[in-house]
Amino acid sequence: MSIGHTLLGLLESGPRHGYDLKRAFDEKFGHDRPLHYGQVYSTMSRLLKNGLVEVDGVESGGGPERKRYAITDAGITDVATWLAQPEKPEPYLQSTLYTKVVLAMLTGRNAGDVLDAQRSEHLRLMRILTDRKRHGDLADQLICDHALFHLEADLRWLELTAARLGQLQKVVTA
Amino acid sequence: MTPAGSLLAAHDLRKTYGSTPALDGASFSVHPGEVVAVMGPSGSGKSTLLHCLAGIITPDSGTITYDGRELSAMSDADRSALRRSDFGFVFQFGQLVPELTCVENVALPLRLNGTRRKDAERTALAWMERLEVEDIGGKRPGEVSGGQGQRVAVARALAASPKVIFADEPTGALDSLNGERVMQLLTEAARSANVAVVLVTHEARVAAYSDRDVTVRDGRARDLEHAV
Amino acid sequence: MTLLDEKRPPAPAPPARPSRIAPWLRDLALGIRFAAAGGREGWTRTLLTAVGVGLGVTLLFLAASVPHALDARSAREDARSETKISENPDAQGKKSDTSVLRISADTEYHDRTITGYLMRAEGSHPVLPPGIDAVPAAGEMVVSPALRDLLNDPDNALLKERYPYKVTGTIADEGLRSPGELWFYAGSDTLTTASGGHRVTGYGDPGPTPPLAPLLVVLVIMVCVVLLAPVAIFIATAVRFGGERRDRRLAALRLVGTDIRSTRRIAAGEALFGSLLGLLIGLVLFLVGRRFVGYIEIWDVSAFPDDLAPDLRLCLLIAVAVPLTAVLVTLSAMRSVVIEPLGVVRNSRARKRRLWWRLALPLAGLGVLALNGQAGEYEVVNPYPITIGAVLVLVGLALLLPWLVEACVNRLRGGPVPWQLATRRLQLSSGTASRAVSGVTVAVAGAVAVQMLFASMNADFNKATGQDPTRAQFYAVSEQVGGNAAVDTIERFRATKGVTQVIGMVEAYASKPGKYSEDDIQPTTSFNVGDCATLREVARIDSCEDGDAFVVHPRNDKDMAGWMDKTARKGKEVEFESGRGRKLRWTLPADAKTVVSRKDPVGEDRWGIMVTPGVIDASTLPGASTVSQIRIDESVPDAAEYVRNTAARIDPGMRLVTLTSVARDRQYASVQTGLQVGATLTLLLIAASMLVSQLEQIRERKRLLSVLVAFGTRRATLAWSVLWQTALPVVIGLAVAVAGGLSLGAALCWMVDKEVADWLVFLPLAGAGGALILLVTLLSLPPLWRMMRPDGLRSE
Repeated sequence: MSIGHTLLGLLESGPRHGYDLKRAFDEKFGHDRPLHYGQVYSTMSRLLKNGLVEVDGVESGGGPERKRYAITDAGITDVATWLAQPEKPEPYLQSTLYTKVVLAMLTGRNAGDVLDAQRSEHLRLMRILTDRKRHGDLADQLICDHALFHLEADLRWLELTAARLGQLQKVVTA
Repeated sequence: MTPAGSLLAAHDLRKTYGSTPALDGASFSVHPGEVVAVMGPSGSGKSTLLHCLAGIITPDSGTITYDGRELSAMSDADRSALRRSDFGFVFQFGQLVPELTCVENVALPLRLNGTRRKDAERTALAWMERLEVEDIGGKRPGEVSGGQGQRVAVARALAASPKVIFADEPTGALDSLNGERVMQLLTEAARSANVAVVLVTHEARVAAYSDRDVTVRDGRARDLEHAV
Repeated sequence: MTLLDEKRPPAPAPPARPSRIAPWLRDLALGIRFAAAGGREGWTRTLLTAVGVGLGVTLLFLAASVPHALDARSAREDARSETKISENPDAQGKKSDTSVLRISADTEYHDRTITGYLMRAEGSHPVLPPGIDAVPAAGEMVVSPALRDLLNDPDNALLKERYPYKVTGTIADEGLRSPGELWFYAGSDTLTTASGGHRVTGYGDPGPTPPLAPLLVVLVIMVCVVLLAPVAIFIATAVRFGGERRDRRLAALRLVGTDIRSTRRIAAGEALFGSLLGLLIGLVLFLVGRRFVGYIEIWDVSAFPDDLAPDLRLCLLIAVAVPLTAVLVTLSAMRSVVIEPLGVVRNSRARKRRLWWRLALPLAGLGVLALNGQAGEYEVVNPYPITIGAVLVLVGLALLLPWLVEACVNRLRGGPVPWQLATRRLQLSSGTASRAVSGVTVAVAGAVAVQMLFASMNADFNKATGQDPTRAQFYAVSEQVGGNAAVDTIERFRATKGVTQVIGMVEAYASKPGKYSEDDIQPTTSFNVGDCATLREVARIDSCEDGDAFVVHPRNDKDMAGWMDKTARKGKEVEFESGRGRKLRWTLPADAKTVVSRKDPVGEDRWGIMVTPGVIDASTLPGASTVSQIRIDESVPDAAEYVRNTAARIDPGMRLVTLTSVARDRQYASVQTGLQVGATLTLLLIAASMLVSQLEQIRERKRLLSVLVAFGTRRATLAWSVLWQTALPVVIGLAVAVAGGLSLGAALCWMVDKEVADWLVFLPLAGAGGALILLVTLLSLPPLWRMMRPDGLRSE
């Protein structure tokens, strides 16, 4: 899961301090594993280096925890690109997808499009696998079928989530 | 606004049943030899879209163009004739005439179009061979299994050499293995004969047999790849 | 605390005593509730059953009333007949204070018979026939209500002219045989025994009731069988109406645990409710229809409403048998439907139908009829063998049909698409189609058989009378023979409008006197008195004067001439005898000339002793009557009535006989009409059943029809397939019906000893059957086309 993109997405709604970012991350995404401060700062410095964020202001006292970060235009573009880009379909995708959906909602973008893009990608892969089944031997077919079933399971989750977007919107933006 | 080279295209279709809008601005296109899956949740209007495209029902507004001809401007008799000559259909269930034998069922569209019985049944048997159901030719639909029956239906759809086949949940009543087999045979036969297929389904693995998919939600159709 | 918390399982409930009655009643009650509260569809089915049962019950009540009605009729007829003094019809009693002279003054008017008597009381306390209070005064008459209406109609002025009597009263119901009867009693003060009057000393003839004409028995039985079969089929179809929803409900019941027998009992309960309702409807229909029965006349027979009183025991039998039959029919219809818990499975019987017993039944029926033998014209006929025989034949035909349909249909292959669809459909479920068509078979076969019977009766009558209407159409016989009676009669008839030819003479019979034993035949020849002009018309006479006598020989018949001469011995005596005991002897003049006869103006050949009035006074001849033969120009309207009026003016007691079989033709025509109307109504009933089945089938195939529409099936294709599907069984049924009906008809004709007159009576009925096919098909088309909608494809 891309932490950098997540933090960028959180920043898009407005500049925050480092500790604010960590708190927001934990609240929305870090249910199982809270984020280390170290991870936060190292990610932020990387983002700074790449020009995706800039320092907005500094709290008195100096030290890394006092910096306020804001997203740059390049950063916004990066978030948009990341949201629009579907993930490579693989197992345990749901946390990334969930993050993307929530971030889309938080940043005022259409979460449905994220899901649709992902659906499309899944289907594309399923088509490739189905095609491979046609020309392969029985072993190939079995392996392909296995993957296909899993992909189908993902797709059903995607559809279900799409149907629940309204409810999710209320929870997330509360 | 017809996508270039398309065989069958629809633009901004609207259809209301009573107070419920079944189609609310749906657009669609399919090219010769292409297999397009129409997906969407139940009640989204997929079947209505299919029926409109096939000329079975007329939309309240919007255009449907087939091979350069405007379907909504054609009379009922003309559309019926078009369906006889150019279209084939596969449904989920209840589509074979129970009193005719399987061979006679497959030959039926040909005969409706004027082919003589012997020729029609010969063609029918050839197609049934391709779909691996030639041995049940003399049986009645009530005497064969679901999978076999569905393959007979596919053979029937292909026998009259249509340009477009409309399949509405063809594997809905079948188990996985039979469903897979039917989809394989359908898409293979269609591709080799350069027949376009409009496939309505809610199952992803069935849609995976297509070249492209279109999602219908709340009466609107979205081509996820071409973003129509 | 829930059950789960308890440590021990709950004690089992004490076993209930298995009751045999309670489940029956419970299921029946449930069925009745379904029938009464089953929504619009349930009510439709109940009503259809009720209508079918009602019709059957009305019909049965009607049939049960026939014996009583006929008895009442003959009782009334007996009551107004003269009490016989002896076997001799001419015998009359002595004149007394109570005796009455009367003479028959019958006539015909516009093909209807009017019967009546001129009466003259001989004392102050005359005997009266039932229905009148007193002998009408001279110039007055008492008429039946029907005759009064006829006379009051201004179109019937000729009739009023014929009976120039004043109507002073109406005959009461007990004096009439049936409400439509035309009957009167008129008064006369000039009637004497010499002018033909017959003395009546009492009314009421307790003689033996003439047995029911065998034909009538056959007719009633056949009509009952023929009409009840379609009613049974109608009920069977009504039971299966609205199958879908009811079947689903029954399937749901099965899921809950009701077993097959229970579901059948529930269905029986529904049928019971419908049939009890039908019993009520039938009773009401019968009681109400009874009031109007007086207006119906078949074979000149109509009935008073009170005559139609069915026997009480028969009524009870009908009241029990009909609902029971409806229930049995339901159960048998349910047998072919298996209600499975998850849906309905129509069980097509895999059993092969066997031919031998189906063929045996009708043959057995014919055999029974043959064994019963021929019945003479007036023999008392035993109705049971005829019933059994006819019923066996008709039922056998109905049972033969399914096998035949199956056999024919199984061989059919190929053909155009509609034909293929129809034949395949029939191959799959021929039983359903055959059921309705067997009604057609029974109805048509029965009607054909009965019509053949009546056609042969009618033809037979014509042959027996040997009458050829191209000759004279009337002959008039009057007892007034004195003086110029003959000449006068002829003149007056000649002067009547519309008459083209008249010939008339006084006729009597002369025999050779002598003693003869029983085995010998006394030579007799006819003796006619007529003026020269008349005689010249009937024989080749060169010269004639009043006072001449002739012996007229027949042309080309030496044997007859010789026989005649045995009596007509010139110069010898001949004897006249009237049968009332009076004998007269007279000598044939020796100078009587022998001449040869010629065809008279009305086409007759006559021979015998012919004399002019100067030779003998005709009024002395015992048993003489003036006989005239009249030919009319039929293009003159009402010519017959003018003739009758003249006859009445000359002598009210004159008997005018119509030589055309007009009356019988009319009776025959009314029976024909009745049969055709009955057959048509029956066929309509069957058409309704077939339509209901067809609609059910269309509804079942709603989805399939939508699919067919999807791949472009033309409406015409499906319409033709419906036509063939209906037509094929009906055509086979009609073929069986015609063959069977002709055989049965021939057997019945043989039984009553008449030749089959018309083999083609089946044509209109076959035509009606064809019309039925078209009707059912055409009426099925709108629902069919309505079902051919894409809506059936919507599975969402």
